[in-house]
Amino acid sequence: MAKGIKDKVAILGMGCAKFGERWNDSPDTLMVEAYEECLADAGIETSQIDAAWLAVAFDAVNVGPSGIPLSMALRLNDIGVTKVENYCASGTDALRGAVYAVASGAADIALAMGCEKLKDTGYGGLPVRTRGTSFDMIGIVGSAPGSFAQLASAYTAAHGVDAGDLKRAMAHVSVKSHANGVKNPKAHLRKAIDMDTVLNAPMIAEPLGLFDCCGVSDGAACAIVTTPEIAKALGKKDIVTVKALQISSSNGWELQGAGWDGSYFQTTRVAAAKAYEEAGITNPREQVSLMEVHDCFSITELVTMEDLHISRPGTAVRDVMDGFFDADGKIPCQIDGGLKCFGHPIGASGLRMVYENYLQLLGRAGERQRQDNPVFGLSHNLGGMPNQNVSAVAIVGLEGA
Amino acid sequence: MTDAVGILAFGGYVPRMRLQRSAVYANIGWFAPGLKGLAKGERAASNWDEDAITMAVEAARDCLGERDRADIARVVLASTTLPNADRLNAGVVKEALNLDDEVAAADAAGSLRAGTSALMASLEAAGSSDGPILCLAAERRKAAPGSESEMLHGDAAAAFLVGRGNVVARYLGGASITADFVDHFRETGRDFDYFWETRWIRDEGYSKLVVKALKRALEKTGIAADKVAHLVLPFVERGVSDGLAKKVGVAAESLADSLSANVGSAGVAHPGLLLAHRLEKAKPGDIAVVAGFGQGCDVLVFEVTDAILQREVSPSQGVSAWIARRKEETNYFKFLFFRDLVGLDTGARAEFDQKTMLTALYRDRKAVLGLVGGRCTKTGTVQFPKTEISVNPNDHAIRTQEDYPFAERKARVMTYTADSLTFTPDPPQYYGMIEFEGGGRMMAEIVDCDAADVAVGAPLRMVFRIKARDDKRGFTKYFWKAVPTA
Repeated sequence: MAKGIKDKVAILGMGCAKFGERWNDSPDTLMVEAYEECLADAGIETSQIDAAWLAVAFDAVNVGPSGIPLSMALRLNDIGVTKVENYCASGTDALRGAVYAVASGAADIALAMGCEKLKDTGYGGLPVRTRGTSFDMIGIVGSAPGSFAQLASAYTAAHGVDAGDLKRAMAHVSVKSHANGVKNPKAHLRKAIDMDTVLNAPMIAEPLGLFDCCGVSDGAACAIVTTPEIAKALGKKDIVTVKALQISSSNGWELQGAGWDGSYFQTTRVAAAKAYEEAGITNPREQVSLMEVHDCFSITELVTMEDLHISRPGTAVRDVMDGFFDADGKIPCQIDGGLKCFGHPIGASGLRMVYENYLQLLGRAGERQRQDNPVFGLSHNLGGMPNQNVSAVAIVGLEGA
Repeated sequence: MTDAVGILAFGGYVPRMRLQRSAVYANIGWFAPGLKGLAKGERAASNWDEDAITMAVEAARDCLGERDRADIARVVLASTTLPNADRLNAGVVKEALNLDDEVAAADAAGSLRAGTSALMASLEAAGSSDGPILCLAAERRKAAPGSESEMLHGDAAAAFLVGRGNVVARYLGGASITADFVDHFRETGRDFDYFWETRWIRDEGYSKLVVKALKRALEKTGIAADKVAHLVLPFVERGVSDGLAKKVGVAAESLADSLSANVGSAGVAHPGLLLAHRLEKAKPGDIAVVAGFGQGCDVLVFEVTDAILQREVSPSQGVSAWIARRKEETNYFKFLFFRDLVGLDTGARAEFDQKTMLTALYRDRKAVLGLVGGRCTKTGTVQFPKTEISVNPNDHAIRTQEDYPFAERKARVMTYTADSLTFTPDPPQYYGMIEFEGGGRMMAEIVDCDAADVAVGAPLRMVFRIKARDDKRGFTKYFWKAVPTA
């Protein structure tokens, strides 16, 4: 395996807009809001940025094509801006672009911005869109909950788990994230919910009820990255570095081949294993301090606990119910509220996750700060659907860890 | 006997939904109290994703069974409810059946007699044809809400493979009469039929034109009326067929069931549907007579052969099996919605542009319309759709795939959901990953099902259905879906 990027790149600053139904705010407003915080945190000026990546998934209802919208909104200094679209993993992929640019030495300082304006469509949920000329003739558009709900039927069959037990564990996932979201001023949904509310909610796509689904919101998040040396030269004392950044894309085996049973994400298993190796983590269940995962739906978070090699296959239900992933558990998952409470402005989500891990590592997470001096923060950003997807795993940590 | 011309195979299709006529009356009786007398039994109603093309495909599959299709020389589709005025409807059927491009195809229309006329023409052409002719008739009838027709009509399809050889019913000959007797009509572009008085139709139409054609056909073939074992008359109005049989001298017990109680009149498909139903019980030597009516009358006379005893049909095959596979429907409103007779707010998600890129459809037509995937000639790996590089993780062989049809392969549910968010005319939408016997998998919509039918491992068969309609441009997208078979 390649040597990887461990400790080659430091996060100089990060910013995150308030997520929510920002009816009166445009993508520009959201991006500038995140950027202002990020720039102040980095302590640099726009003219010092050498290259930028913009993550946007639904550009047709949003900023439109190309990287120019970012360049225009931030008045970047005629630098190259690359637009990244990689389903819901776009945000982490934009970060990868910036990190790789710095690691290669092609850029000293690079920016990754994720932004999505989803509330200009006139209806709830994600916009319905084409998936390409050939797919549209033979594929099923369906809905996002419908795609992910299928995990539950397959998981139940694969592990002999009682459907009711699974449904309750899924409900616990959502209850836990809502409890965390209450403490986060940037979250969209900030209301605690109870098990009954989740279990009795209207069905969206069986067995996913309304509260098994994350919200849909507007938002933006960004990161400025540089080398640890430049970060220090700029006066940074506590350095957070990128330990690993791995992306795995389906090659069609799950959808067309044989062997995958529909109950897990092959790509996440691959990306996680590579990321741990890149970061030098040998026992993730013991070494990962906290996780931000792609909880687009409760069932996704649940099976991801296994795909990230934290819970053994078939045991996530037990770990979830044991509170292993609660804010005060062994490895808190979604301590910021997750997609569940932030909603999922596609391009922004991956960077929003890293933002929380960054704050936690630096002890800047306020009321929700984890008190056990976190060392490694893992984020997992997933795009597509169970049978055809792209999974991104980013691990950030304190320099020297 | 090998030079005999006649029916080599027969089949049919009746959609699963059976609208209860009492439910129609319960909703419309306040307005049309005269329908009370018809408010019993049920009629076959196609699902929202079925039309004359898809039902013809099902009937053809029912007719052909596991028979090799390579020798079929021509496909004829008769209907007065063809979805396309100018796109060969039989051509879509040809693609769905994955027939060779070197096959002739034609649509037949114009009156409810089109089915028997097409059958007669096919039989007459079969003697000099290179191969058998697949003669199909299908109808998705549209009647005004609250009309008698709505009660009497039904949706169905019939299929006959005709040609030379080991026929199950030899064609003895027939007779046709043509007269512009307009019992009902429907101008091109109109939704509904306009009817003239029933008593006139009975006295001047059925009693004179049909009787004359029946007598002429029997005379031409030298068959005495009392030797007719199966008289197939397509009329569902009470008493009509009995009266005609009596007039011609055919015994009452020889009269085929009109299926008025449980299917309804399937228009162009009806004579064929009744004949295919009746032939299931026919014995060698039986004489079968079938009539089609519309601006005159066609009558065809057959003699059942010994080959009828050698038919190999599965229990799920045949008109009787389709009639037995039923789902009672009491939601009249749903029936109306499925036929575009009432508009519902379909929501913003239905605004998705369903435009078909015709270049891509032509390029991918085997996959889209024929459900043909690929089989790697090197490793044997099968997959859908066919791709340049094999999906086999151990050997990504390049350009090694040959055609591998999936349409007739059984499948099982691997994952599923019932999606209430996505737009479908019949929510919730069931779909999931399915796996085929012998390998290969795909994401498929699951239709004609109840919640209890859909579970991991549940058996499925593939069906050719409407995927979506491009209402903006008037184009129908077809693809394959899965139906539970348990």
